[in-house]
Amino acid sequence: MIKFTIDSKEVEVSEGQTILDGARKAGIDIPTLCFLKEINEVGACRMCLVEVEGAKGLVTACVYPATEGMVVRTNTPEVLKARKTTLELILSNHNIKCLTCIRNNNCELQALAKKFGIKDIRFEGEKTESIYDESSKCITRDTSKCILCGKCVSICDKVQTVSAITRVKRGFDTYIGVAEDMEIAESTCVGCGQCVVNCPVAALKEKDAITEVIEAINDPKKHVVVQTAPSIRATIGEEFGMEIGTLVTGKMVSALKQAGFDKVFDTDFGADVTIMEEGTEFLERLNRGSVLPMITSCSSGWITFAEKFFPDVLNHLSTTKSPMSILGTLIKTKYAENTNIDPKDIYSVAIMPCSAKKAEIVRPELEVNGMQMIDAVLTTRETARLLKMLNIDLSKQKESDFDNPLGEATGAAHIFGVTGGVMEAALRTINKELTGNHIEDIAFKKLRGSKGIKEAKINIAGKEINIAVAQGLKNVRKLLEEIRDGKSKYQFIEVMTCPGGCIMGGGQPIRTAYEKATLDIPSLRAKALYKADEKATYRISCDNKSVKKLYKEFLGKPNSEKAHKLLHTHYNKQEVYVKEG
Amino acid sequence: MKKTVQDIENIRTQTKLSMKNIRIMVCAGTGCTSSKSQKIINNISKILKEKNAEGISVEKTGCFGFCAKGPIVVIDPMEIFYEQVKPEDANEIVEATLNNKVVERLMAKENDKFVERWHELNFYNKQKRIALKNCGYINPENIDEYIAVDGYKALEKVLLEYSQDDVVKIISDSGLRGRGGAGFPTGKKWLFAKQVEGNIKYVCCNADEGDPGAFMDRSILEGDPHSVLEAMAIAGYTIGAKQGYIYIRAEYPIAVHRLKIAIKQAKDYGLLGKNILGTGFDFDIELRLGAGAFVCGEETALMNSIEGKRGEPNPRPPYPAVKGLFAKPTLLNNVETYANVPKIILNGSKWYSSIGTETSKGTKVFALGGNINNVGLVEVPMGVTLREIVEDIGGGIPGGRKFKAAQIGGPSGGCIPDSLIDTKIDYESLASINSMMGSGGLIVMDDSKCMVNLAKFFLEFTVDESCGKCPPCRIGTKRMLEILTRITEGNGKEGDVELLEELASSIKKASLCGLGQTAPNPILSTIRYFRDEYEAHIKYKKCPAGECKKLMNVHIDPEKCKQCGICKKTCPVNAISGEVRQGPFKINPEICIKCGACIEKCPFKAISK
Repeated sequence: MIKFTIDSKEVEVSEGQTILDGARKAGIDIPTLCFLKEINEVGACRMCLVEVEGAKGLVTACVYPATEGMVVRTNTPEVLKARKTTLELILSNHNIKCLTCIRNNNCELQALAKKFGIKDIRFEGEKTESIYDESSKCITRDTSKCILCGKCVSICDKVQTVSAITRVKRGFDTYIGVAEDMEIAESTCVGCGQCVVNCPVAALKEKDAITEVIEAINDPKKHVVVQTAPSIRATIGEEFGMEIGTLVTGKMVSALKQAGFDKVFDTDFGADVTIMEEGTEFLERLNRGSVLPMITSCSSGWITFAEKFFPDVLNHLSTTKSPMSILGTLIKTKYAENTNIDPKDIYSVAIMPCSAKKAEIVRPELEVNGMQMIDAVLTTRETARLLKMLNIDLSKQKESDFDNPLGEATGAAHIFGVTGGVMEAALRTINKELTGNHIEDIAFKKLRGSKGIKEAKINIAGKEINIAVAQGLKNVRKLLEEIRDGKSKYQFIEVMTCPGGCIMGGGQPIRTAYEKATLDIPSLRAKALYKADEKATYRISCDNKSVKKLYKEFLGKPNSEKAHKLLHTHYNKQEVYVKEG
Repeated sequence: MKKTVQDIENIRTQTKLSMKNIRIMVCAGTGCTSSKSQKIINNISKILKEKNAEGISVEKTGCFGFCAKGPIVVIDPMEIFYEQVKPEDANEIVEATLNNKVVERLMAKENDKFVERWHELNFYNKQKRIALKNCGYINPENIDEYIAVDGYKALEKVLLEYSQDDVVKIISDSGLRGRGGAGFPTGKKWLFAKQVEGNIKYVCCNADEGDPGAFMDRSILEGDPHSVLEAMAIAGYTIGAKQGYIYIRAEYPIAVHRLKIAIKQAKDYGLLGKNILGTGFDFDIELRLGAGAFVCGEETALMNSIEGKRGEPNPRPPYPAVKGLFAKPTLLNNVETYANVPKIILNGSKWYSSIGTETSKGTKVFALGGNINNVGLVEVPMGVTLREIVEDIGGGIPGGRKFKAAQIGGPSGGCIPDSLIDTKIDYESLASINSMMGSGGLIVMDDSKCMVNLAKFFLEFTVDESCGKCPPCRIGTKRMLEILTRITEGNGKEGDVELLEELASSIKKASLCGLGQTAPNPILSTIRYFRDEYEAHIKYKKCPAGECKKLMNVHIDPEKCKQCGICKKTCPVNAISGEVRQGPFKINPEICIKCGACIEKCPFKAISK
């Protein structure tokens, strides 16, 4: 252990820890804009400058290693002046339109400016030429807001190994962009939005679909239905000031109904169907000895990742559509049929934790009868904005239930929103329905938690199979490379694009870097879903009565010809860095 | 073929002998090459062949330093010095040499007397050439010549006689300090790199010379590349590294070319590679070409660039000695520092530390430029005064103008005004007047130079060269440049100087790397010594030196104007109106571009600014 003094407080940290670690331990706040533990430790933003006795000049607390007996001061006049001038300089090159900015009141730069009491910009001058890139279906880039903290670049590179963006040009002309001045849509970007949720300002945001949705709601000819993904109920409360990890299922349904959606369905129903299809598909592959490991296919960013980086392993992906697309398909087929509404008059909205889902809905491979099955995807954040525009405070709503039958769901579907959840849900059903195994405890705790790659051995119908759960594309890449090299020991792999799973998706509420550093957000949000699972009447997908009925009346059996036609899809290699036209 | 110690000694003896023949040494540095020195070499070589001149050879050699007088040809061993030689002079030079005569018209004259030997020139008089010792004496593309001047003898000595600690001690005792700018004690650096545990370590050479107008390192590499290779091998042995990298700018094609030749020759002789001189020591060197970003001279940015990453600095610690190239312990020195090492090993630390001042030992190479007669490369012992460099070596200011200031240390350095011209050139003296040694840029300015404009020039450079990683440098330098620009254009506001000072002091403290931390220096030092010039620009919209065009008001004195019309004919933009003998001419300030052509042409000195 290393003992040192920070603002006259004694603090103890372990070898290799930094001044910032010590400060946070001692409850001393040091501002940061670029720091992201283990991901972006670059000392670039200069906001965390502190004075260390005997050191030459000021040092960056975020990366400066603590040493025995060092004396640190975090708020000397010199330190404060250096930080303030730097902040003023950043502001002088920032597109300051706070009132009309999507990140107003949730902006780390704005918060710091307030904290430092900056009243005017003394260094007005030329601004760096900016780029507004709307080419992607998922995210929008606005470099006029960018402060070049580099978190997005590091996330994209180190966490997702996608490396779609980088710093381009030098000096004052530097901006975050794509190689060869291409647009983001032409890059390797998979649309995951991890850059967005780590952006301290509004340089990156989801492609906004609120206007279209409001227009549809206001269109009397449209029957507007909405589905909400498993994780939304665990996160959207945060946008209304509720504590992280508050489960708001009933309030959310009420709020959406009040917003004017004709029906509020649960993507969890689609998740239960997914399990039936995917579980059956897996057992078939296992029994027939065809391509294994099979990899789950719910996570849109991951599909794009596979199509862009691993086109040679696409046959390992489950052909089952995602829960969202399954439910979307059922809405415009079965539900339309039942209610006698022309599917063309149905406007189907999906509330997702995810920006990549915005690209999924326009995949031609997912069309049925030449029709797009889902019309708009709203992220958790957009949904909150929409509700706020309509003066609906979700936190003050009464509880109400999803519309049935597409609103019935099991606990297994709830946990789709967290890493390991899809695999756990699949194993429950595989065990019970498809192999007839009796299990005491249906929870597969080995598959839970924050490890990048989790693995387990299980026994299915007398066969021992190896399963793995990977979160974050860096970890996914490892498993795919093993497959590519013919060295994979697994038969079944769950993949979630975002570290933590959907609860930490690119469309989820944005927390500050400080909150991320000091709170275990993934586990707080996950707890809410595990709680929902525990409380559920049915916890195994095959027990979902409405799902059973669906198969009986409409689809026949899982993986039937009809199920294949409607609920399965295929994948194609995607070219990158090819300029169109 | 790999050579033994004895083989090398034989080569040394033989080559020494052959070098006693008459050799026509032609400068093949970048400067003289651009003035057709290669053509001179070709012509001489052709003529020598035609004349079947035995015992006379023509050799390309490194920079003699007296660039103002280039291309330079020296006839050795007589040391006859010919200046501003043209390709067509070849015949005359060969003829004269064959007949034991000289070509007087090409010889340097000082005080109406011909200078017989090149070392007798005033330019060289106060110089002491250690790092540049072999430049001009040997053909840098021939390893045998380097060996003949005791090259690779230091490596041999180190490998056969010295322990690693011995070498560290010699370098430490010599007092050698880093010549890249900061002046960190080299021995200490080597000791740190040696002490750090690690199976893999690296030795790097910083040849990313970037100061505008500076070419010390380039000249060493062009004129004496083996001295750097030898020093790096010595460093490798000392710290326990087997691999070295030279990071050099791709804009130095001649230096790159000669380094490639030198590395190949050294490998052929077994002076690099496996089992050097049969001692079991392995050391190899590779080149890495930089794209010319100034910041890549900063050590962490340089190593990022070698690794193939964007050339941006990292915060320190960790220092390269602990975690450097490819996250391994790394020793990094600049070219000039290395060039001193073999000489220190051979002559001993006492010899080296006897040169210079109490704390600054040895010599420093400067690229002398600007308003000075003897533009060129000079190597002076630490402790000479700026005046000696400017007046004695540099030959004073041309055009009868007055010395105003010298900028030392390039864009990171500060200016030294006339009142401090007797400042000694050593690390501490320069620091005491808020300047710095820097890597060797030394630009002299006469009284026609505006100091606000000078600061603006250097800020334009740093704005261009900022990597963009940290806001104080990325945005701060730009804002300072904007303020300087408005001052030089007559739009300066009351309080701008104070604003500059405030910004400058914050940028110095808050920037991530040396580039940003020193970028404000040209502003701070010009404000310090020439505050009145700033005030004149701001308050009175005047540029006292008359350099800032936007503040110039060119006008014709009607009393002095003889109505000849020459000014009107001279004006490139038709800003002057009037007819010959029809009254005084007039300048339309809206059209005038302040080029000053009319001022020069007016026979009656009627036009002024």
